[in-house]
Amino acid sequence: MVQHTSSKRRMELEAPDRFRPVVDHELCRKCKKCVSECSFRALEFVDGTVKSIGGCVACGRCINICPVQCIEVRQIQSMFPPHANFNEHVRRGIMSQATTGGVLLTSCGTDIPYPVMFDELLLDAAQVTNPAIDPLRETVETATFVGGRKGMLEVKENGRLYMEKDPGPMVAMDMPIMIGHISLGSVSYNAQKALFAAAKELNILAGSGEGGLHKDFNVYSQNVVSEVASGRFGVTGEYLKRTAAVEIKIGQGAKPGHGGHLPGEKVSALISQTRMIPLGTDALSPYPHHDIYSIEDLQQLISVVKEATEYKVPIGVKIAAVHNVGAIASGIVRAGADFITIDGFRGGTGSTPRIIRDHVGLPIEVAISVVDQRLTKEGLRNRVTVFAGGSIRSSADMIKAIALGADAVMVCTAALVAMGCRVCQQCHRGVCSWGIATQREELVSRLDPEVGAARVVRLFRSWNEELKEILGAMGIDSVESLVGNRDRLRYFGPNSKIAEIMGVKHVGEGWG
Amino acid sequence: MTAFDVWGERKKVEAFDPMTAIERKEGCVVIHADRRDEDGRLIHYKVLNQLVRQIMLEGERHIVLDGVMGHRYIASTANRKDLYLEIHGTPGNNLGAFLDGPTIEVYGNAQDLTGNTMNSGKIIVHGNAWDVTGLAARGGTLLIKGNTGYRVGIHMKEYGGTKPAMVIGGTSKDYLGEYMAGGTIVVLNQGGQIDRSPVGMHLGAGIHGGRIFIRGKVEKHQLGPGAVMNQVSGEDAPELEALISQFEQTFNTRVPRDWESWVRISPASSRPFSGHYDPTSV
Repeated sequence: MVQHTSSKRRMELEAPDRFRPVVDHELCRKCKKCVSECSFRALEFVDGTVKSIGGCVACGRCINICPVQCIEVRQIQSMFPPHANFNEHVRRGIMSQATTGGVLLTSCGTDIPYPVMFDELLLDAAQVTNPAIDPLRETVETATFVGGRKGMLEVKENGRLYMEKDPGPMVAMDMPIMIGHISLGSVSYNAQKALFAAAKELNILAGSGEGGLHKDFNVYSQNVVSEVASGRFGVTGEYLKRTAAVEIKIGQGAKPGHGGHLPGEKVSALISQTRMIPLGTDALSPYPHHDIYSIEDLQQLISVVKEATEYKVPIGVKIAAVHNVGAIASGIVRAGADFITIDGFRGGTGSTPRIIRDHVGLPIEVAISVVDQRLTKEGLRNRVTVFAGGSIRSSADMIKAIALGADAVMVCTAALVAMGCRVCQQCHRGVCSWGIATQREELVSRLDPEVGAARVVRLFRSWNEELKEILGAMGIDSVESLVGNRDRLRYFGPNSKIAEIMGVKHVGEGWG
Repeated sequence: MTAFDVWGERKKVEAFDPMTAIERKEGCVVIHADRRDEDGRLIHYKVLNQLVRQIMLEGERHIVLDGVMGHRYIASTANRKDLYLEIHGTPGNNLGAFLDGPTIEVYGNAQDLTGNTMNSGKIIVHGNAWDVTGLAARGGTLLIKGNTGYRVGIHMKEYGGTKPAMVIGGTSKDYLGEYMAGGTIVVLNQGGQIDRSPVGMHLGAGIHGGRIFIRGKVEKHQLGPGAVMNQVSGEDAPELEALISQFEQTFNTRVPRDWESWVRISPASSRPFSGHYDPTSV
């Protein structure tokens, strides 16, 4: 049961609420379920009726939980005098900071309406000169291999194929999707369990996030990419050795250049055990890795992890997409990484300063393309697997990301939405009403890991089917042939310079 | 002519039979890390580390690495509690990374990143250990006879029964114990003057757990944000005494117990960021 306070005092100068739950009192059965389920304490039962007492974030829990569906959440049409420049978002930020004097925290990906280049790209299809493929009748391969691809096949004079170098460790996934690094701590035990179970069922990879791997999740370790982040929480030799791959996290799209910060309130017994830190202390991940000040230093960390895992698993590096991403990615490949994950600025997070989330980084569409072009130019592209993340919202985004140059995509928010998340951007408050971004037991138990896993499995299976439909329509029988195939994309937007940078032709331009 | 690929990784590192570098003696196995192949190249670290792993797997409890010349990543993730690894020469960066149990004794200097993210075990260095020693260690003991470099003991942390400890015989430089979240660092200032500071600037910057004991002078301006300085108290005595006597026994030396010349650096709060953020999502 969530404890309620009877009244909330609002200071005269504070920003007003944005949402209000409205109850149809004629239909309401007064079961009070909405009151007990509202973890943001926005509802109260007073004088025989359910009343809104402020603090609603539109998480929608009450709407779905009401047995007679008598609740709707309305956006309060603001009283802010219209001003396109000093818009409501800006003014609310000022009011809040004037009250608290703090760095504004937020979560999920940015909600600023920047142009989305995915929505400005159109895919090609086969007509007459190349035949389309029916994926229901013919095989369209979507298996994706993660690893260094360091080997090189040579055709000898006698016609035999010869592999000069050991190709290095590889991990096979059934579809070009990886569930991103969502740590235990940022999300609940049940949420992480659901994601891992889904990854196992789908035979894809899922990231552990920073914070170690709970011992109960060892059964999923062959589908887990363990993470070595700057805090080194939970990182032991065992942890590195038992997972399918290891990723060194340098940055995250939602907070490039910022360390992690799990507030002491969220460091419960369970989190303390997994991260190997004392109960109730802040878990701080330093902003940089203090052993990495250069590409050469990164090479050392990659090498030591390779030694630690005895060269049996692929080692990757995750970076946030920043302005010089092409050169950085080139350095990472040269430092010996087997895969690179690039996280665009729209990527999600369990907690980040809003100033960083909303204003730092590069859109993933541009970053993938720039990295793919740079690595190709330098003859390095074949040495790595490139993952792209940072708001892959649908199979269309996934397909376009692959065509722009990624081998596979990293998806987080969409998987959480499948499990109930409404993207209300309150993860950092730790009271997620859907049992996802919280450590409170009474809230965590609201998420059934089996139901959650089944929903994620269905979501990604359907994306994979959609991928096959598109590949078939293009006359391509394997997703590998779509990787970096920018010729099958056309730009349909206002800024042809972007198209030029992405290496994509404008709509209307043919093959030449 | 040595062949390099794009980033300097040597090709064909197993050019000669590495097994010839192994010498089995009564009670120990010696690996001669200074063996050279027919082209005069030293044994590559990959080969050396593979040999160490192989001999560890055989159950050997005492391994001697002789003539080590900057070989990196030695004994990373080694996890045999009864293993004693004796190193003569200069091991390279990341000695004993993710170490979980063994004792490593270096007769010489260690380079950077010794004991990176170590979990348990002991690393003894009869010389200096340089930058970033003991990074993110969460258990085990590091005993350094000589001096250390910059950014030592960063983000050490303790959990449950495990608590990392590092004793530095000489001095340390800037950023000692930055981001420290647990464990103990002791700087003995041996051979130095008691009125000179054995540590640099930004001492314990962002410290939110653990403690640093320093013998010698520390000025207030040397402290990083979040760190406070006090005199050592009676409560600290048992822990300090245990670590110091361990140091004395290991290196056969005497450390004066002149407690009035010591200071203790500890965190102002275990929640350094409370109040820094505004959680009201707007």
